[in-house]
Amino acid sequence: MWFLVPFLLVFAVTILAPVIYAVGLSLFRDRLVGGISFVGFDNYAQAFTDEKFHEGLLRVCAFLVVQVPVMLVLALVAALAIDSGRLAGASFYRVAVFVPYAVPGVVAVLMWSFLYSDRFGLAGNLNDLLGFDLLKPLADEWILPSIGNIVTWEYVGYNMLIFYSALRTIPEELYEAAAVDGAGPLRVVGSIKLPALRGAIVIATIFSIIGSFQLFNEPNILRSSAPGLIPTYFTPNMYAFNLSFLGQQANYAATLAIIMGVVTAVIAYIVQVRGSRQETQ
Amino acid sequence: MRRNPSPVRSHPARQRRSVILTVVMVLFVIYSLLPLAWLVVSSTKTQNDLLSSFGLFPSGPFAFFDNVKQTLTHDNGIFLRWFGNTLLYVIAGAGGATLLAALGGYGLAKFSFPGKRIVFAIILGAIAIPGTALAVPTFLMFSRLGLTNTVWAVIIPSLVSPFGLYLVWVYAGEAIPTELMEAARMDGAGEVRIFFTISLRLLAPGVATVGLFAIVATWNNYFLPLIMLSDPDLYPLTIGLQLWNSQGAGIGAQPIFNLVITGALLTIIPILLAFLFMQRYWQSGLSAGSVKQ
Repeated sequence: MWFLVPFLLVFAVTILAPVIYAVGLSLFRDRLVGGISFVGFDNYAQAFTDEKFHEGLLRVCAFLVVQVPVMLVLALVAALAIDSGRLAGASFYRVAVFVPYAVPGVVAVLMWSFLYSDRFGLAGNLNDLLGFDLLKPLADEWILPSIGNIVTWEYVGYNMLIFYSALRTIPEELYEAAAVDGAGPLRVVGSIKLPALRGAIVIATIFSIIGSFQLFNEPNILRSSAPGLIPTYFTPNMYAFNLSFLGQQANYAATLAIIMGVVTAVIAYIVQVRGSRQETQ
Repeated sequence: MRRNPSPVRSHPARQRRSVILTVVMVLFVIYSLLPLAWLVVSSTKTQNDLLSSFGLFPSGPFAFFDNVKQTLTHDNGIFLRWFGNTLLYVIAGAGGATLLAALGGYGLAKFSFPGKRIVFAIILGAIAIPGTALAVPTFLMFSRLGLTNTVWAVIIPSLVSPFGLYLVWVYAGEAIPTELMEAARMDGAGEVRIFFTISLRLLAPGVATVGLFAIVATWNNYFLPLIMLSDPDLYPLTIGLQLWNSQGAGIGAQPIFNLVITGALLTIIPILLAFLFMQRYWQSGLSAGSVKQ
């Protein structure tokens, strides 16, 4: 067990201690008059009536409900296509689709914000060509889908690879048996491949949900291209960040971080329980 | 578990190529590579041509080498300094994370000790804690300790990878026969020696996978250095590029988008090369992890 000690020490410093510290912070409040005082669950009560927090939370929920299924279905299609044995040069497609994952998020957002820009991006080029503004990725009503596109671009290959790896573990005998039974390719997908992917789909869904609730990098970097469209409380994470760094409200920011952590953990847990229950049926 | 990195599966009767699937995948590849193609083309343009020409075609004088030179020398070569910082954070952070995960995962897989189940539950639970939710409390704690705005503020939190530990744990359970360890003990080898001479070798593909993903995570790290660092001399590439980009946004600002674009290209080349050259490792390691979900 001594092998585990170094990990546990750093784990205690970087994960356990901040969690405990955050819980402690969330129970206090620092007022201009009167200094630091114990307020019990007042900060949590404040979060329940805080419209900025609710707006951010609803926004990431809307984002999650659309972006995660779109991305996972795309990843699934790509994995099944690459695994189908009916593509020439399948390994080229696999690497090409995966490449964006290795691109730093900052660079991904910078590239896409250039592409989105109507001054010198492809969106602008296309609009010039058509003579009217067909694409306005940085307009108010399109900003969330535009962010969704960036996140999908970054992570679809990663999820594809998780699915693809799971597909490669299906024993060859199953395919042979299916061929003997005269099952067509769609039957094989429906009765062999998709059931074998269930575990991988649950894992990918959980990671994607965690990622959506944490949404920060993409909107925060896009702010420099479209500052008016993305308020400082665009997502709960941005709100917490700005509260603690610009607003000097560390206690309330810690409270929001804890609420988001609990919400994420609960939803991840539900997905996992539901996913594994269906598996045993 | 398959340890063969590139298993050959013979599909029955060499199925015909599918046109529909090929079209779908070509579209996928275009979507995945289009922004990168734009980046490469744009890195050959001057600041003026960037604004006035069509994005996917080269235009104006070929300014790539000039852009690279400007990127590397702008502001007294701060880009190279950021590059060095990124290297430091990657080597110390990702290297340390990989070593700790390898040791810890091995310990969890191959030894029993009281409280093991609790330890394991806590670590698995930690995977679900959003990293960014931790970042704000970690910052507040580190600023109490006087660690913010030092390299330690970036390195220490990078050292822990619960997911990496999990991957090594799964991998070690399958890859290292307990009998082999017993035999080595009979020969009088100590545990540390067994780990470094026998086990680590068998763990290599799993550890390489964990290492590669840790490298990507630290190379691409944005949120942590963003909150921890205020001194541009300590910035990694990601924060530095964002700084350059935001310089072009203000009124009356002097945009240096050509440097942002060329810098972005220079930032992704090493990490892409690492991925391409280590393909066989991460692909086999990932499939090992996905079996045991």
